[in-house]
Amino acid sequence: MSAGLVAEQLLNGLQFGVMLFLMSAGLTLVFGVMGLINLAHGSLYMVGAYAAALVAGWTGSFWAGLAASLMAAAIAGALVEMVVLRRLYRRDHLDQVLATFALILMFSEGTRWLFGAFPLYLNVPASLSGTVLLPMGIVYSKYRLAIIVCGMAVALGLFILIGRTRLGVRIRAGQSDRQMIAALGVDIATLYTVVFALGAALAGLAGALVGAIQSVEVGMGEPVLILAFVVIVIGGIGSIKGALVGAILVGMTDTMGRFLLPVMFKNFMDGATASSVGSALASMLIYIVMATVLIFRPSGLYGKPA
Amino acid sequence: MRKRTVNALGVALATSLTAALPTLAQAETVKVGMITTLSGGGSGLGIDVRDGFLLAITGSDDIELIIEDDQRKPDVAVQIADKMIQSDKVDVLTGIIFSNLAMAVVPAAVNQGKFYLSPNAGPSALAGKGCHENYFNVAWQNDNLHEAAGGYANSAGHANSFILAPNYPAGKDALTGYKRYYTGKLAGELYTKLGQTDYAAEIAQIRASDADSVYFFLPGGMGISFMKQWSQSGIELPVIGPAFSFDQGILSAVGDAALGVRNTSQWSKDLDNEANRKFVADFQAQYGRLPSLYASQGYDTGKLLLSAMSKASVNDADAFRTALEAADFASTRGSFAFDSSHHPIQDIYVREVVREGDVLTNTIVSRALEQHSNVYAAECAM
Repeated sequence: MSAGLVAEQLLNGLQFGVMLFLMSAGLTLVFGVMGLINLAHGSLYMVGAYAAALVAGWTGSFWAGLAASLMAAAIAGALVEMVVLRRLYRRDHLDQVLATFALILMFSEGTRWLFGAFPLYLNVPASLSGTVLLPMGIVYSKYRLAIIVCGMAVALGLFILIGRTRLGVRIRAGQSDRQMIAALGVDIATLYTVVFALGAALAGLAGALVGAIQSVEVGMGEPVLILAFVVIVIGGIGSIKGALVGAILVGMTDTMGRFLLPVMFKNFMDGATASSVGSALASMLIYIVMATVLIFRPSGLYGKPA
Repeated sequence: MRKRTVNALGVALATSLTAALPTLAQAETVKVGMITTLSGGGSGLGIDVRDGFLLAITGSDDIELIIEDDQRKPDVAVQIADKMIQSDKVDVLTGIIFSNLAMAVVPAAVNQGKFYLSPNAGPSALAGKGCHENYFNVAWQNDNLHEAAGGYANSAGHANSFILAPNYPAGKDALTGYKRYYTGKLAGELYTKLGQTDYAAEIAQIRASDADSVYFFLPGGMGISFMKQWSQSGIELPVIGPAFSFDQGILSAVGDAALGVRNTSQWSKDLDNEANRKFVADFQAQYGRLPSLYASQGYDTGKLLLSAMSKASVNDADAFRTALEAADFASTRGSFAFDSSHHPIQDIYVREVVREGDVLTNTIVSRALEQHSNVYAAECAM
């Protein structure tokens, strides 16, 4: 095992983490500001990927597809918020879970009905295709590098938005006391719609970015949704910083676990068994990390104590 | 979630097939229950099996077909099977795509005296000691295509393969099947998580190994993801896979990344026999798309059923079974026969992904295994 391979795997972990961050940032904002558990967040990720695949197919431009994914997911998010979720803020979490679970089914079957059961095609743009040679002799995919850069830029943008702008002040105020900011004359309904559309757009962006190197198909959002929930629980619900740290922690743990555990087990069992046991344990690893974090920090790394 | 969804199209087709035609006095209808995956992930496979089967029985007035969606959930499949057996009183069951669902449904159904014709899943547990006189597999035993790939790797001169598959029973069967025929060394053997979509970590390990070829079994979206990421990795090693990851339904989603990949299959669009030419032309005329290997399996299942019905009454189980065993139908695969455990004896081919006009499809390169049965057949006491 060379140092180059380890470094490449660390980059892979970072890239996976950044992708998870795009997904969990919206989820944690919506939960933090509105107190809403949105299981349909994965469907917005799928909407983004489908929009990107369709528009890229029509126009031949990946970038037009990327723009379309942001818009389509934001519009879908805003519509869902205005039509369905608005009625659920005061309800119990269980009602929210039930309603947003229904939304998953409607999005999935609706998409299948409109676009068929076969996966769609979306490829990386020619300018980001292929590999670059990094220091230490690492040959790395240009596109994955671009995902890392894009995710970091979004993270920076979010920190500025939340910490430095008027909208950010309102979002933070909404998080701590929603009655009070409503009383101060802030249009809380619009604020909620904007926050939800922002979270949806980020999920759509993640869907489009990932769709180019994965399969654009019905149900693609649900596995990512579960990981995104793990991320926000580790990071602390409502905290963007927590989502970033949690996402990179989960991305690193998962990638390095998949890589190192089978190698480790090979020292004392045969190849096939080591790979099988290592892989099984690696898929549990992030949940073990989550449990460990919760033992020491019950409200997550950056969460406010309940 | 537990509510059964009846596929509207399937029911419409089924009722039009039965209602439009007057029941003739001498014709005895056979009730067929099709349980297949029509929604969610994996529905492309079920839809192709269904469409192939419907195409095969078009024009037959003696089949009453009930189609239901198992949603790829074993518990749903079991409920549907119970309903079909107890209240619909079907004679024959068919349609299941996934091995875990087949294991949940088939043993109980055949033990109640129903015939089961499998258009896809062929788990080893139903092939050897677990074989049953009323269970017929029209597709393959699960290991078959992987065995053919192992054999092909030898003949292609590969001596250091890197192999990977998901960490679940069919994935382990796949790598076992490959290793059963492959004689070279292994550069690495990896089990990935079922449903995994990011293969960066695995691809990095392949790059770091001294492999001369890669064999992978990653069905559905997993294979699409792997091939797209593989093509971005800049590694230029030959890739081999079973037909599942390079079949008509998903080639368009993989795109040019799949071009030139060798894959093993018991069927191909360009197999040169009359039944296959007719099937490919009729399928395209009927559905406006190229058929997949799943569609060919559904079609052959339908034709097998019709051949048995023309020879014997389904009410005479022994005669009907003998008629099925004869497999006296023109298969899209050309030569087709059942072995003693009711699994196919057939040729398995190596195909290559090529571009025809603006669609990607497969063309046959060579024959990997001739008149191939399965290793479990001898253990079957029937």
